[in-house]
Amino acid sequence: MSATRKALFDPLISNNPIMLQVLGICSALAVTTKMKTALVMSLALTLVTGFSSCFVSLVRNWIPHSIRIIVQMTIISSMVIVVDQFLKAYLFEISKQLSVFVGLIITNCIVMGRAEGFAMTHRPLISFVDGIGNGLGYSLVLMTVAVVRELTGSGKLFGVTILRPVTEGGWYQPNALMLLSPAAFFLIGSMIWAVRTWRPEQQEQS
Amino acid sequence: MMAHYVNLAIKSVFVENMALAFFLGMCTFLGCSKRIDTAMGLGVAVVFVQAVTVPLNNVVYRFLLEEGALAWLHPSLATADMSFLGFLIYIGTIAAVVQFLEMFLERYVPRLSAALGVFLPLITVNCAIMAGSLFMVERNYTLAESVVYGLGSGAGWALAVIALAAVRDRMRYSDVPAGLRGLGIAFIVAGLMAMGFMAFSGMQL
Repeated sequence: MSATRKALFDPLISNNPIMLQVLGICSALAVTTKMKTALVMSLALTLVTGFSSCFVSLVRNWIPHSIRIIVQMTIISSMVIVVDQFLKAYLFEISKQLSVFVGLIITNCIVMGRAEGFAMTHRPLISFVDGIGNGLGYSLVLMTVAVVRELTGSGKLFGVTILRPVTEGGWYQPNALMLLSPAAFFLIGSMIWAVRTWRPEQQEQS
Repeated sequence: MMAHYVNLAIKSVFVENMALAFFLGMCTFLGCSKRIDTAMGLGVAVVFVQAVTVPLNNVVYRFLLEEGALAWLHPSLATADMSFLGFLIYIGTIAAVVQFLEMFLERYVPRLSAALGVFLPLITVNCAIMAGSLFMVERNYTLAESVVYGLGSGAGWALAVIALAAVRDRMRYSDVPAGLRGLGIAFIVAGLMAMGFMAFSGMQL
């Protein structure tokens, strides 16, 4: 039980895939201007990581070592195709906004990294939990960035106005910079700084 | 007509910079930008692979995947739409091209192969490469446009990674707060660079 719990909760703070291992940040930056897109992206990535780790682990003893990357890629892309078709069918608006970033889950290093680094050497169930855990760690960072960006950038949360902007007769002057790309870099940089000040063992020696 | 391609090239290098405007290929962008020579090698490899895979995937899309693309094979296939297989096929093409390039360079251009050596395999999982192909399909580029776009977006990414490496190289002499050292400050620098590149977005082409 404790191993399962460790696999699930470790990636949230103490071994977060984005903050510590610098994996999969491409999409973390691009889809976080709105909470809705960030949430859908988080769910998609968590499910893909969980299930692809599980499937890779199921066939791990039959994969020849030399072509393992291709086999993992095929499994991951099949999962992503399922997710993409599902989004196109049921959440068409959001899938339009996410544009190429759903497809880019394939090349997201978190998915690949867990398949190669964990699932190849562990049993299916624990691999599944590990995949979900890492997906949740990613989601945590994604949602935090999205909350800050949507709230300060347009005064809304999930599209519901919280701070009424000046243009609609309110008092809040939206900070348009937060919706542009540099703000995402600054936010993640500051988050890393905060976490590493809190947990000095994560600091880099240079 | 010429102007159209020049515009596309400038747009893909500066205005829609893969790394700084779309955040693509971030893992390698931050991971391999500690030294200028590594960044340089990686940059060249990305331009190379991007310039080959984008046009190749364009051909694949036009003749295999697009709705009605299989009509050349048999008239009854004129309504077949294979585009849902896109992701799987593009990543396959990219992996194959990278593998092929690796073997080709090793055999015929050993000096270039020695320089690019470790970077080529890394490129298969670089999101910028995959995104190049996906954007090409989404924006419906022709073959000629996709050649220009592949070269341009690759060059833009290379430019960004080399610039970041140059800045980080200088950073070695500055006193950065302990918690910000390494990754944290790289993000902040990349953010400032992205801000600089935003100046290009006002350009009317």
